[in-house]
Amino acid sequence: MIAFICRRLIQAAIVMLTVGLVAFSLFRYVGDPVQMMVSEEDSTATRERLRESLGLNDPAVVQFGRFAWNAAQGDFGSSYRNRRPVSELIAGRLPATLELVLCSGLFALLLGIPMGVYTGLHRKTALAHIFQTVSLVGISMPTFLTGILLILTFSVTFNVLPSFGRGDIVDLGWWTTGLLTASGLKALILPSITLGLFQMTLIMRLVRSEMLEVMRTDYIKFARARGLSNRAIHFGHALKNTLVPVITVTGMQLGSLIAFAIITETVFQWPGMGLLFIQAVGNVDIPVMGAYLMIVALFFVIINLLVDLLYYAVDPRLRIDKAVAGGHTT
Amino acid sequence: MNARLALEDRIRRVYQSDVAFSFRQSPVAIGAAVVALILIAVALLAPWIAPHDPFDTRTFSLVDAELPPFWIAGGDPRFPLGTDTQGRDLLSLILHGTRISLAVGFFSLVFAMAVGVTVGLVSGYAGGATDAFLMRIADVQLSFPAILIALLIDGLARALIPDGLRENLAIYVLIFAIGISKWVQFARTTRGSTLVEKNKEYVQAARIIGRSPFVIMVRHILPNALGPLLVIATIDLALAILTEATLSFLGVGLPPTSPSLGTLIRIGNDYLFSGLWWITIFPGTTLVLLVLSVNLLGDWLRDALNPKLR
Repeated sequence: MIAFICRRLIQAAIVMLTVGLVAFSLFRYVGDPVQMMVSEEDSTATRERLRESLGLNDPAVVQFGRFAWNAAQGDFGSSYRNRRPVSELIAGRLPATLELVLCSGLFALLLGIPMGVYTGLHRKTALAHIFQTVSLVGISMPTFLTGILLILTFSVTFNVLPSFGRGDIVDLGWWTTGLLTASGLKALILPSITLGLFQMTLIMRLVRSEMLEVMRTDYIKFARARGLSNRAIHFGHALKNTLVPVITVTGMQLGSLIAFAIITETVFQWPGMGLLFIQAVGNVDIPVMGAYLMIVALFFVIINLLVDLLYYAVDPRLRIDKAVAGGHTT
Repeated sequence: MNARLALEDRIRRVYQSDVAFSFRQSPVAIGAAVVALILIAVALLAPWIAPHDPFDTRTFSLVDAELPPFWIAGGDPRFPLGTDTQGRDLLSLILHGTRISLAVGFFSLVFAMAVGVTVGLVSGYAGGATDAFLMRIADVQLSFPAILIALLIDGLARALIPDGLRENLAIYVLIFAIGISKWVQFARTTRGSTLVEKNKEYVQAARIIGRSPFVIMVRHILPNALGPLLVIATIDLALAILTEATLSFLGVGLPPTSPSLGTLIRIGNDYLFSGLWWITIFPGTTLVLLVLSVNLLGDWLRDALNPKLR
């Protein structure tokens, strides 16, 4: 177990270093950082002083070490665009993205699991076919189109929900939340559905196929023979055993929710990290791009680590399998 | 005469094969294939069948801008699906847009396959440190969603290419970015098949008679690894088309002067509140139809080639 955790931690550190290296090379070698920071009328001497103060004359290894050390302390330099520290920009945007990701994750789970259970238990009913068709469309529909269609329906045609922004937000000092006001909650509805729809169909399909598999097993037949109620069998015995893969997939998808938030935030002009990133790509604002990349990578690494540990803890069979498989490959 | 007989024999064999049989038995697959073929044909023939030329600035004028589809009051029968904000015929734009979307999707897929299959073959055949190194790279890349990788490469290229060339090179940048973001799955699958095949007797025989590793990999191992690659390629084609549309929608893909379906949706999105819904909805529907039909074909192919399900 400890060896497993150590191996995963080392892997996580390698991923972070690689991403750090990419972010550093972006900053250092794509365009000239000094050129981006000075204005037209600055003299050569000013430029040279800036170059020296940024340490750009040092060897590349020293520069990377300093970059990594600063990044580890949350210092990513200043944005080329508006000269503000990148860490400050991102910290201001982080709450919006995390709240959006949380809400859409909840939406996906709370709708996906019941729909999956239903279609798994009643395969032949009309409602199950409708769910299946919806899920197929959900998988083929690009996120941005879902968002546009929702805006067209609920904002343009019926005018009941806002189409952009977070609504009224409450500032808690270190965190801004839209969860405490009515307009903030209303503003969350459409973006959450847009972002969560794909994940919902994924969870639904997963739960469905797992339910189909589980319902065929002997212990379900035995539970029936014991005369347990349908309710107890379906939810107490069957659903419980489908949840292990659901936990894994949900964990993994949490990471892609953060990435796909870029698209949703663009459609709804949601003031989160993703919108910041896409504007940075448009403006070639490299420090912001690099910092976003590293923060998202950090989220990914942490989530993957937690999911691995959770998986390891939840499924005792895996420990044996892993040991056997490990013995074969090495 | 002999050649004709051989051809007839061949057609009969294809017709009677398991995959062809399973295709005839699946109405969904037939439907999806018909839709996909129509869209592909339309895309290929776009320059000849489109009623207007959306790239020739002399053929459209602002007078015709923002016209609705012909069945709505104010519509003009010259523009069956209406016009965009510059007066370009939407139907022609969609035909050309489908062509561009399919081209980017197809070529980025070919690129991803070329990279992935090469890496997979080398990694699986060479083994050892080469294998470990290449697969670690694949692992790191796989821990990020493809769309993020594509966005990053796209952003990088934008920084490296001078302003004036950006629009002209946009399509190549896109193909490169999407291709790089999708090679891992091909590499892993090819590597898996290579590991299985390289210990079989025919490969050993080829090695003993002195064929070079390159010939063994390409002529002997690769043909036996094609089945699963085909399934991934079909599903990834749908994904590549979606990725291209998404990047173009985000404004870092193709410019409005040579719009793909994603660019058209982006243009329309800016005018959604002015009631110009058709600029968004028609390209959107085309995109969903295209992706859905390719997805359904991919699903069917996966089942048809999977001996466990037969």
